[in-house]
Amino acid sequence: MKYLDEFRDGGLARGLAAAIAREVDPARAYRLMEFCGGHTHAIARYGLTGLLPANIQLIHGPGCPVCVLPVGRLQMAIELALRPGVILASYGDMLRVPGAGGDSLLAARARGADVRMVYAVDDALALARRHPQREVVFFAIGFETTTPPTAVAIRRAAAEGLGNFSVFCNHVLTPPAMAAILDAPEGTRLDGIIGPAHVSTVIGTSPYAFVPERHGKPVMVAGFEPLDVLHAVRLLVAQLGAGHATVGNAYTRVVAEHGNRKAQALMDEVFTVREQFEWRGLGTLAHSALRIRECYAAFDAERRFAPAEVAVTEHKGCECPAILRGAKQPQDCRLFGGACTPEHPLGACMVSSEGACAAHYLYGRWRAA
Amino acid sequence: MCLAIPARVVELLPDDAATVDLGGVRRRISLALVDDVAVGDYVIVHVGYALNRLDPAEAERTLALFAEARALAAPPQP
Repeated sequence: MKYLDEFRDGGLARGLAAAIAREVDPARAYRLMEFCGGHTHAIARYGLTGLLPANIQLIHGPGCPVCVLPVGRLQMAIELALRPGVILASYGDMLRVPGAGGDSLLAARARGADVRMVYAVDDALALARRHPQREVVFFAIGFETTTPPTAVAIRRAAAEGLGNFSVFCNHVLTPPAMAAILDAPEGTRLDGIIGPAHVSTVIGTSPYAFVPERHGKPVMVAGFEPLDVLHAVRLLVAQLGAGHATVGNAYTRVVAEHGNRKAQALMDEVFTVREQFEWRGLGTLAHSALRIRECYAAFDAERRFAPAEVAVTEHKGCECPAILRGAKQPQDCRLFGGACTPEHPLGACMVSSEGACAAHYLYGRWRAA
Repeated sequence: MCLAIPARVVELLPDDAATVDLGGVRRRISLALVDDVAVGDYVIVHVGYALNRLDPAEAERTLALFAEARALAAPPQP
């Protein structure tokens, strides 16, 4: 496909790898965090680690929305799904995520809950139109990439007077998560960050300015194709070599400095920032997530159904929290590849197509490490 | 979740929608987040929505940088 195949070309990849090998300082180590699960999968799937000099270490970050959602919020969704008359519509990735005691949305469906997998939030709107006697709750998760479509759907439901549609909002913000990573002890050892691809399409590159300003580290926004990741590594190596730290953009074909202003305006109209929100692995972070504004309160499932907030302890052996911070590798988890596999996941990082454990398991990245 | 792919717009539809071609597969997407999309434009599609237009000139510039790196790595034989 055009604009995909060119950015996966093996010959060009070797050229970029050779350039990086020429340009690195062999006397130093480079600890670079790939923030997003999309990057983690490109690195594992295309074996990029094997193309890079040994002194460049890529460390996965928390950019996997399924992985960072705490089990308590999933339990709230399961509770909503089990209410009489409710249809819970969810992106597919969420269905198999293990909740308390191994429960999941899929298991709830087996017990009679009406859980539907949707590809787009518009499919949830269509369900609400088709089933006027039912309550359709859309389980909204994701970073700024996935938030604007939810905003459009809520406005649409308001315009249509679709009273049986609501959203269980779990949208989270990228910059506070990046700040939390950099403030953590393991974050202070990072040399630079490979920045989000499609989050940046929406919010632009300027929200990461605090990284060079406060932490003195460069950020390089990169696409999710293998050449995009290598290009970003090369540009980070150049910045670190020159002693610079700025926010750069290695994904100029899609990302503009100011982002997508229309999408930003729609998000701002429908959502406002929560005082705080819990993240798996990062703890409770101030101003790190969104809730639905008062003017759209009628479409807020948390207000309509008041699901009980539950504190849930995670599977004891699961290292997801440390893995999400980049503090541990998947193979450091004693469950990895034995008790926990993509077929029988015990932690969210093994479920999601963006999870670090799934990437390591599926593509054998851990063998090389 | 944040994965998104480039797709070519083949038809504009009412209600801020469009049909796109994804390597031979056609699907309906929403253009509610992007203004002034024309047939033939490439857009980045995520969960059924175009998030932005792809800039072909910038894509060419990036690919030219890659080609330069490859030429340096393997100089043509005399």
